[in-house]
Amino acid sequence: MSTNAPQQTTPVMDQVGIDPGQGLQFGMYSLGDHLPNPADGTRVSAGERIREFVGYAQAAEQAGFDFFSVGESHQEFFASQAHAVILGAIAQATNTIRIGSTSTIVSTSDPVRVFENFATIDHLSGGRAELVAGRASRVGLFRLLGYDLRDYEELYEEKFDLLRRINTEERVTWSGQFRAPLDDAEVLPRPAHGSLPIWRAVGGAPASAIKAGLAGVPMVMAHLGGTTSSFKPTIDAYREAARRSGFDPATLPVATAGFLYTAETSQDALREFYPHINEGMKRTNGQGMPKQLFAQSVDPASIVNIGSPQQIIEKILHQHEVFGHQRYLGQIDFGGMPYDRVMAQIETLGTEIIPAVKKYTAKPEGTTTEENAPIEENAE
Amino acid sequence: MKLVALSGSNVGTKTRTVMEHVTQTVMTRDPTIEVTLIDLAELDMVFADGRNFTEYTGDTARVAQEVMDADAVIIGTPIFQASIPAALKNVFDLLPVDALRDKVVAMVATAGSAKHYLILQQQLLPILTYMKAQVVSPYVFVEEKDLHRGQIINEDVIQRLDRLVEDSIVLTTTFSRIREDREAAYGF
Repeated sequence: MSTNAPQQTTPVMDQVGIDPGQGLQFGMYSLGDHLPNPADGTRVSAGERIREFVGYAQAAEQAGFDFFSVGESHQEFFASQAHAVILGAIAQATNTIRIGSTSTIVSTSDPVRVFENFATIDHLSGGRAELVAGRASRVGLFRLLGYDLRDYEELYEEKFDLLRRINTEERVTWSGQFRAPLDDAEVLPRPAHGSLPIWRAVGGAPASAIKAGLAGVPMVMAHLGGTTSSFKPTIDAYREAARRSGFDPATLPVATAGFLYTAETSQDALREFYPHINEGMKRTNGQGMPKQLFAQSVDPASIVNIGSPQQIIEKILHQHEVFGHQRYLGQIDFGGMPYDRVMAQIETLGTEIIPAVKKYTAKPEGTTTEENAPIEENAE
Repeated sequence: MKLVALSGSNVGTKTRTVMEHVTQTVMTRDPTIEVTLIDLAELDMVFADGRNFTEYTGDTARVAQEVMDADAVIIGTPIFQASIPAALKNVFDLLPVDALRDKVVAMVATAGSAKHYLILQQQLLPILTYMKAQVVSPYVFVEEKDLHRGQIINEDVIQRLDRLVEDSIVLTTTFSRIREDREAAYGF
């Protein structure tokens, strides 16, 4: 075990409820965007949008999803600035579904406060809380919260390391650049099961995946588009880095995350989903999605899960065959998607897609979660 | 149609002189075209730092947004040390990787020496191609001897610029028609 690797008290696969016998875990995530519906230009109030997240989490739980999460964002057209508060409400409104963040921006927060929030959510939910730590794709929050953009990378790495130490050590002595030192500090409350599952958010490129692997941290890999095969090297790099660092990749969960939309036919799905993606991205990124690229997302080789229920089942199974991942997260509610439409998506996923995906990805008892993982020599 | 004429130097007058002529030519040829001349020498630009282009402020934000909103961009550049000036490269660095997708981009160079003729091909074209521009194949190369006190004195240069402007407009109209047909064919 490498020296910088904190010991997990419980194996992380168990912490996040991964059971190969149950197949691929299915999650829903929202970035917390608060955008107009492109059909009529209307937008629900921020209050309504915030309450929608709670409703989606309840519906997802009913429909058999394993996980629900909301992201932190501080820019215009978002409503989830206080995502931990929203997760507190979700903790109260649900009973069994695992809940978390996608992502918590650790770069611009104090890791002590982040941990206190999530340990509290963990207790409110009876031990169901998880945290995905991200770096932010926007710089507005650096200005808003008083950080220097030039420290972008180091802010994240230092705070992420500290967060992980607080998570695994009951008393922490620490010093760094961006926060007052901790001297034998006890950060409370301690989570329900001793520590929280903490994931690293990773874009498509291998560099960040390698950092997650070297630290032996579970990874959530987000994707906007492209082919499934083009993301395989990133997942391979993650597992290879973990191996190099003395971790057994078979013990480290991998999740993928991206757009999800289903309709009776792939053409219907494209027509219904496109305005939300295109207009939503124009507002949040400054650029829409070219139709040519979007049209390719229904191709079986595409990593984006848009299509008929049967097509989506086949895509997710193909992605699972290529990646050997443990959890898939779908983003359904982006771009001012009306509440009823999102609810209908959750319903279809629960009745048609999730049961099929789980049935075909469930492994007989006794097999490892990553089929081809080599037998690790005992590194201890 | 929105057309941006970008004078890509923070010093000197030669590129500005040529780009003013280009702007006049566009307006004369088609008064319905919304043409904007951006002269980097007049603006207070910051260096790109990797943020999303919507998050800059002041002149930097305005230049990034003008280029993003344009259907066509005619870029004028001097040659500095066998390449484009840092001021112009900075404009590209402000923008997303595919910022020039579905835009027609044309190139004009001003130079002190004919030895620089291929610099646009070697230095500017790869950037435009990477950013997914539809590049107008011919470009115009203007030498110091073609200019005198803020005027283009070589009639051949004037004719070449006329052809470049016409090609840019025709290609922009054509590509947008092709794109509209293609997008309609997707059926969503």
